[in-house]
Amino acid sequence: MNKTMKGLCGAVAGALLTTSASYADTIKIAFIDPLSGPFAATGENAYHLFQYAVDAVVNDQGGVLDGDTFELIGLDNKISATETLIHLQTAIDDGVRYIVQGQSSGVAAALIDAISKHNRRNPDQQVLFLNYAAIDPALTNEACSFWHFSFDANSDLKMDALTDVIAQSPELTSGYLINQDYSFGRAVAASATAMLADKRPDITIAGDEVHPIGQVKDFTPYARKIVSSGADFVITGAWGADMYGLGTALISNGFTGPIYTYYAAASGITAGFGEAGKGSLFIVAEGQTNPPVSEEAAQYVSDFKTAFPGENFTLARTSNVMRMLAAAINEAGTATDVVAVANALEGLEIENPFGGTLYMRPDNHQLIQDVHVMAHTDEDIVNALDGSPFGLRVSDTVAAAGRDAASSCEMDRP
Amino acid sequence: MDLLLVNLIDGLVTGLLLFMLSAGLTLIFSMMGVLNFAHASFYMLGAYFGYQISLYMGFWMALVCAPVIVGFLGAVVERYGLRRVHQHGHVAELIFTFGLALLIEEAVQFFWGKSQVPFMPPQALDFALFSIAGNAVPAYKVFMIFVAIAIFAGLLFVLTKTRIGMIIQAALSFPRTVEALGHNVPLIFMCVFGVGTALAAVAGVIAGPVLGTFPGMAFALGSIVFVTIVVGGLGSLSGALYASLLIGWITTFAASYDVGLADILNAIGVDQPLDMRNSPWRDFWSITLSQVGPILPYLLMVLTLIFRPHGLFRKGGL
Repeated sequence: MNKTMKGLCGAVAGALLTTSASYADTIKIAFIDPLSGPFAATGENAYHLFQYAVDAVVNDQGGVLDGDTFELIGLDNKISATETLIHLQTAIDDGVRYIVQGQSSGVAAALIDAISKHNRRNPDQQVLFLNYAAIDPALTNEACSFWHFSFDANSDLKMDALTDVIAQSPELTSGYLINQDYSFGRAVAASATAMLADKRPDITIAGDEVHPIGQVKDFTPYARKIVSSGADFVITGAWGADMYGLGTALISNGFTGPIYTYYAAASGITAGFGEAGKGSLFIVAEGQTNPPVSEEAAQYVSDFKTAFPGENFTLARTSNVMRMLAAAINEAGTATDVVAVANALEGLEIENPFGGTLYMRPDNHQLIQDVHVMAHTDEDIVNALDGSPFGLRVSDTVAAAGRDAASSCEMDRP
Repeated sequence: MDLLLVNLIDGLVTGLLLFMLSAGLTLIFSMMGVLNFAHASFYMLGAYFGYQISLYMGFWMALVCAPVIVGFLGAVVERYGLRRVHQHGHVAELIFTFGLALLIEEAVQFFWGKSQVPFMPPQALDFALFSIAGNAVPAYKVFMIFVAIAIFAGLLFVLTKTRIGMIIQAALSFPRTVEALGHNVPLIFMCVFGVGTALAAVAGVIAGPVLGTFPGMAFALGSIVFVTIVVGGLGSLSGALYASLLIGWITTFAASYDVGLADILNAIGVDQPLDMRNSPWRDFWSITLSQVGPILPYLLMVLTLIFRPHGLFRKGGL
């Protein structure tokens, strides 16, 4: 009897242990991005898109593995690398194995560094970093990491698409580059200079400058300089309040040429520009919603807007992050062994409901997808932004941009 | 040369906008003896109230109503918040205003969301008044200049030429004596606080459409306003004006001219090393003024505090 009891107890305890080790009914994903402060608007919008994607793409479709569901935890890093690393540690202690971040490449670089160190020291608690928006090309080149996956086209791939479009516009002969002074802004300027020189050697760069990020109160003097430089187009990677300030200053001070941007949409920017930005503002991005590519994509957009009234549908890739993570977890057959999940993500190729296919390059963990140049307009807009009649309509598309672009990534694999 | 004139105008606009904020802040400083951290938040409230009112009654009504509402709110804050906290000393006041700033930011995000709101300049002023060598000067900017000058003239007149102004000045310097003479000093303080915040709100209504109306706007401008009144001399109204203009022009000119540190160093006789590729000073040599322009006011503040702690322009009194 006594022996039986002991055996039973041991069996139960053993069963409990194995369950807690191998079976998790929720898979925690930490979203670490600014949810307060000057860049809160973009951070919160992304958070809502992920909240919706987690449910719509994964949980409502029966989850992954044996019905495991995703749980998204929002953490406010105030766009500070220090805060991010504190949140990273608490999230890991809390059982999180997947980190989602995107606002600011500086923060992303800090995360990659911290996660690489953490994973080396704690092989039983390894985490993956799913980067949905930080697009400094260094992150998938010299600073690449096995633990990091980039789901947005990096700024070189976007610049490649953008310069293709500029190269086809013979009326553009002089460009001005103005960017925020940090890794990403400098990368935009460098790739614009190099690619324009390659594709259109006749184009002169009238100016190439950087300004402190989030510090400029009034962009008028910069706009004056750009107007008087005689440039007929502008390229900028600025975002948030800097993008709005720069764009309004340019337009109100008499700049009439195209302003090619990475981020001049949503978060009040589209409504703020309104009629004034029509014909001036262009954006290079993934995720075509105007005109909609498929019934499924149009439905996803309108369902999101019903779930989050008043919110913009912008980052179509947020759904792709969840779609690909779920596919990789299913293929790996585990959510806790992130090395297996990372291996499954590598080379994963799935259909993109927003057009084309999604392919995760195994050599540098850069997602390859269609990249579009879109115009700020109120004509033929299905997915309007900011409650205004304006939105982004695709004008040019580069399919599978950068699928065989060279990469200097040399990854340390576990 | 033409650009110089345009830059002078642009810098003047920036400077006068800063002045509208720093004027109220510096008056409130003379009164309380501490900096009001929530001052820029009242500027933001002005912009948001202005936006909301302009949706229903147009920009001009917003320009009148929003400052009145914000001024009233400011007076209420002074009467029922600061006055009670005042008994517990300066530190308590400082923390109170700091908390208030955070509270206002959260409140604004709660009611208007975290995104930019589309606050537009009025149609009537949405044209280029004149242009200098192809650089358009929007009518709205000229309007901003006139509003700011009118406010400065009005303040100066009230404070120096009227009986009320004399009592305010006296109350700021010698509150007990003025009270002993039979004046209601707490009421004066409440009014000064109300007017100070209303001025910030005026700045908010007219700056909102050009600089953007978003929850980070108080944070963005708040720091530079403190810099302004420190440089001008805490408590000095004319100092605030000079410092505002100085900072307005410094930031404008720094952003406009591509003068690099290399040019400056070469000019004073320091030669640039020929091979910069591996030099640790490479970044240092390639710094340009436009790159660091917006940081220059902070440098100015640090230098002011070291060499003239009373402020560049303070001669005593208002």
